[in-house]
Amino acid sequence: MSETSSAPQALPGADILSDYAVPTGTADELFDASGHMRPVWEPFISRLQELSPEEIDERIARGDQYLRDAGVYFRRYSDKTPGERDWPLSHIPVLLPEAEWADISDAMTQRADILERIVADIYGEQTLVRDGHLPASFLAQNPEWLRPMVGVRPVSGYFLHHIAFEIGRNPDGSWFVLGDRTQAPSGAGFALENRRATSRVFPGLFAHTNVHRLAGFFRAFQTALGARGAQGRDAPAILTPGPGTDTYFEHVYIARYLGLMLLEGEDLTIENGQAMVRTVDGLKPISLLWRRMDARFADPLELDETSRIGTPGMLNAIRSGRLQMVNALGTGILETRALLAFVPRIAEAAYGMPLKMPNIATWWCGTQSERDYVMANAEHMTLGPALSTGLPFDPNSIVSVAGASKAEGQEALADRVAREGEQLVAQQAVTLSTTPVYADGKLSARPMTVRVFMARTADGWAIMPGGYARIGASGESTAIAMQRGGTVADVWVVSDSPVQPETLTPGNGVQRLPENPLPSRAADNLYWMGRYVERAETTIRILRAYHLRLAETGNAEDVNVQQISDYLKGFGTDTDEPIPSNLIAQIGAAAGCASKVRDRFSVDGWAALRDLQRSLNQLQGTTQPGADCARAMVTLLQMLSGFAGLVQDNMYRSTGWQFLEFGRALERAQSTTLMLSKFADFDAPSGSVDIAVELGDSIIIHQRHYMGDPTPASVVDLLALDVRNPRSILFQLETMRDLLATLPHPGEAGQLTPLRREALRLHTQLAVAAPKDMTLKALKSLNKALSEMSNLLYNTYLG
Amino acid sequence: MLYDLSLVLTNTYPGSTDSVRNLVRLMPLSLPGQQQLVTGLVQVSPRPSERIERHDFFGNAVTEIAFRQPLTELTVTLKARVMRTAQAPALDLSPTLPTLTTELQSVTDLSPHSPLHYLAPSPRVRPNAEFADYATACRTPGQTVMQTVLVLGKSLHTDMRFDANATDVDTPPIEAFRNRHGVCQDFSHIMLACLRALGIPASYVSGFLRTTPPEGQERLEGADAMHAWIRAWCGQELGWIEYDPTNDLLVGTDHIVVGYGRDYSDVSPLKGVLRTSGGQSGKHAVDVIPVSN
Repeated sequence: MSETSSAPQALPGADILSDYAVPTGTADELFDASGHMRPVWEPFISRLQELSPEEIDERIARGDQYLRDAGVYFRRYSDKTPGERDWPLSHIPVLLPEAEWADISDAMTQRADILERIVADIYGEQTLVRDGHLPASFLAQNPEWLRPMVGVRPVSGYFLHHIAFEIGRNPDGSWFVLGDRTQAPSGAGFALENRRATSRVFPGLFAHTNVHRLAGFFRAFQTALGARGAQGRDAPAILTPGPGTDTYFEHVYIARYLGLMLLEGEDLTIENGQAMVRTVDGLKPISLLWRRMDARFADPLELDETSRIGTPGMLNAIRSGRLQMVNALGTGILETRALLAFVPRIAEAAYGMPLKMPNIATWWCGTQSERDYVMANAEHMTLGPALSTGLPFDPNSIVSVAGASKAEGQEALADRVAREGEQLVAQQAVTLSTTPVYADGKLSARPMTVRVFMARTADGWAIMPGGYARIGASGESTAIAMQRGGTVADVWVVSDSPVQPETLTPGNGVQRLPENPLPSRAADNLYWMGRYVERAETTIRILRAYHLRLAETGNAEDVNVQQISDYLKGFGTDTDEPIPSNLIAQIGAAAGCASKVRDRFSVDGWAALRDLQRSLNQLQGTTQPGADCARAMVTLLQMLSGFAGLVQDNMYRSTGWQFLEFGRALERAQSTTLMLSKFADFDAPSGSVDIAVELGDSIIIHQRHYMGDPTPASVVDLLALDVRNPRSILFQLETMRDLLATLPHPGEAGQLTPLRREALRLHTQLAVAAPKDMTLKALKSLNKALSEMSNLLYNTYLG
Repeated sequence: MLYDLSLVLTNTYPGSTDSVRNLVRLMPLSLPGQQQLVTGLVQVSPRPSERIERHDFFGNAVTEIAFRQPLTELTVTLKARVMRTAQAPALDLSPTLPTLTTELQSVTDLSPHSPLHYLAPSPRVRPNAEFADYATACRTPGQTVMQTVLVLGKSLHTDMRFDANATDVDTPPIEAFRNRHGVCQDFSHIMLACLRALGIPASYVSGFLRTTPPEGQERLEGADAMHAWIRAWCGQELGWIEYDPTNDLLVGTDHIVVGYGRDYSDVSPLKGVLRTSGGQSGKHAVDVIPVSN
């Protein structure tokens, strides 16, 4: 190695590297200190150099397309317009040789064990405080030290099960830990998506590079959670804060990938110390939750009383030893920045196992000697809140960036360090290594950190071999946070010899797993999604009929035009607006329900709903009443039938699908009933029955099956009583009856539930009815009975 | 002083409820040398589906109750006999504030009554410069910590108006402070915020006050409901002293302790989260009758 950092050696024809400049005093992943390309990168870079910029762009587009199709997103909080953002993948992976990774694994395993001992002591014997290794105030002042958990041993015997470490590389090439993620680390699922997308960008390279696969890690953790073969009864679940959280996509993704239920706090209730899931099949016990919510929100009774996403009594279930939390509640205290000041000493002095990988040098300003040291060296340090759990480069977590004294003036700084003392920690200002990113035909060097994921298994800690690097948006280390425009890259751990391709399902046997019971909340959302989608479709059909007639007659006072307008007003839809706000609200409500059950809903289905929303928003304000609006309605109808087609043709016939279908059928039965009582009435103005046939989407069928023009009797026959017509009321009642026959029936012992009895009664009533029986009175009473069905469904399954 | 206590706490739920789970903290503590719970009983009506008796981190008695059936009304009753012998401190053995700060640095105790638990911001008592400024203005050089507590307490008692209708149980302390009014809970939270701003550990105390004053004395504020006051740590030598800012007095035999915590959220008498469509409303009635000296 040369003494001075030099510009990397230019390779012949290495245009792509012509701008690649490693800042002085920085290690680089691609080039070693003497400017030679590290061997692990050589095949990758030389292959990249064979590609034209157009080819590279085309490949990158392929990867991005994959991410969009897969619906990968994260939620940005700090933005002016918060919302879902595309996943910011940096397409060039970070390559690390297997031998180096082995050393990292070894050090991380040691650190995981040390942290486990520390947290067990913090909630147990507290010898570290007694022996002076940890200041008592570190616990007493720490909002992450959960007092109700003191003295509570986790039922598994361990506090930590799924953790992550953020590591970076020093200028001398060695690695160090920037922070510990022990509460509910995110990123493992995103790592999988990084891998899938990156391997699509570089398929040939990936196949020939001996990259360690990630699936084995997930399989090991899946086994450890007891998720394999535990379906149906007492299957473990992921506990999520819900769709509003920044990493909800990942919760949905991992739940699907590992076959876990995805639950929110309100899905659970505690009975006699046992956590129970509210499902459509009654309360089902659950004894393991992989939580993705911060501990303090878990139980509003004993932790944060303002939490609306927790479960009252959760701590009761944990204390009674019948509920295991992954990770245990309270492990967030290990993320406290000040702890990094004590871990090295604890490891060495208390446990006799010096750290194999140091963590970022940290000084807790709680004692005079530390304060003096910090003041003397302030220009090489950052200063931040001692009890913050943010990583060094997270937004809003640093009080002063490197050279603290410059920002504040030596005197002001001394004053603050003395005054705030134990509220502050100083950390060494670090320089991260750089790694290549690709833009505009060139590679350039950007700072990076790697997130290492660990999972506890029966055989000890498993480590995910690669998967997740964070990369700065600029040369500044502080720009590494995704919320600040940083990107994320796949990490390839490269072996010298071929690696075994792995998937989640090893062996050659095929085992079909029974379905998990459907949580009532999910059923509720699917049911209402079905209803809202159908309701929107009805609204659109009526709007189309309205604008067609408006276009034909050019007269808003026309009797039929007026009739339809009145009818719509009855549902709160105002025909003065070409795209009524009520329609937008209906689609919005459907999308809102869908957003809460994305784990049970195809990515395509979700995308279809979002497209519909976008189209509606575009049409609003540009569409003119009459023919233009009628055309717009046709477009919307086509989009909706695209969605319906996905549900019909692609959605697995799960219990959830049944609720969705039930919602659609009930809504259609009800809207058809109402429509017939308005337009198929003998007293209705002429032209009404034609509207009825049109709204029932049955013009051609009517022509084919009946002699002559529509009459009230023929229309009622076709739209109420003809079981072969998928738009008829009887067809819906038959659908509902059949769906109920296969749904679970909690508490039913040989007897029909009131819900099934009512469904059967209504079906029979219509099945034997003749058109003359369908009087206005009969239709009204049917409408009332259908409303009551919704209540019965709620009482049986959703309450 | 021997007291007979009775309390009836009634919550009504106009909407339908589902899965009600509550924590009840009403049972007076036994505190060596200060008070002795002779006998006590917490009754709950209707009969809960689950009932668990335990103690929380701070040593307070907790009754956890849960109902599977919908509730329209919940009544919790306490009957207890308590011997109260605690005396207000006669001698000021407290150090000055700088000495207290130094003493605190050597405290490694994390047991429930360690002063360390009561310095940091707590769920309902958040730091604010207005508290800090007010508290600092009450300090004079050379003052002992106990003097500071008393001067600050008297100052708050003078500046603030007792008003049973001005605030509710969820009014933030800073809001009550800006309006200079409130009930015992507000007085106590405000004083905690001020003491903690100075670096004096201070905890919230929930309990009872004798209903009828001794002959010839004025009736105290807060006697017709559950009461709250504060406890301040005055150094290794003196330890904790208890002070009632609503009535400007050091706590003695007129007060009966139910629980200690960082603020109200740790000791609220009936804590519960409802899955409900309607709101809830509650009322309670207290009697604290001296039986004998």
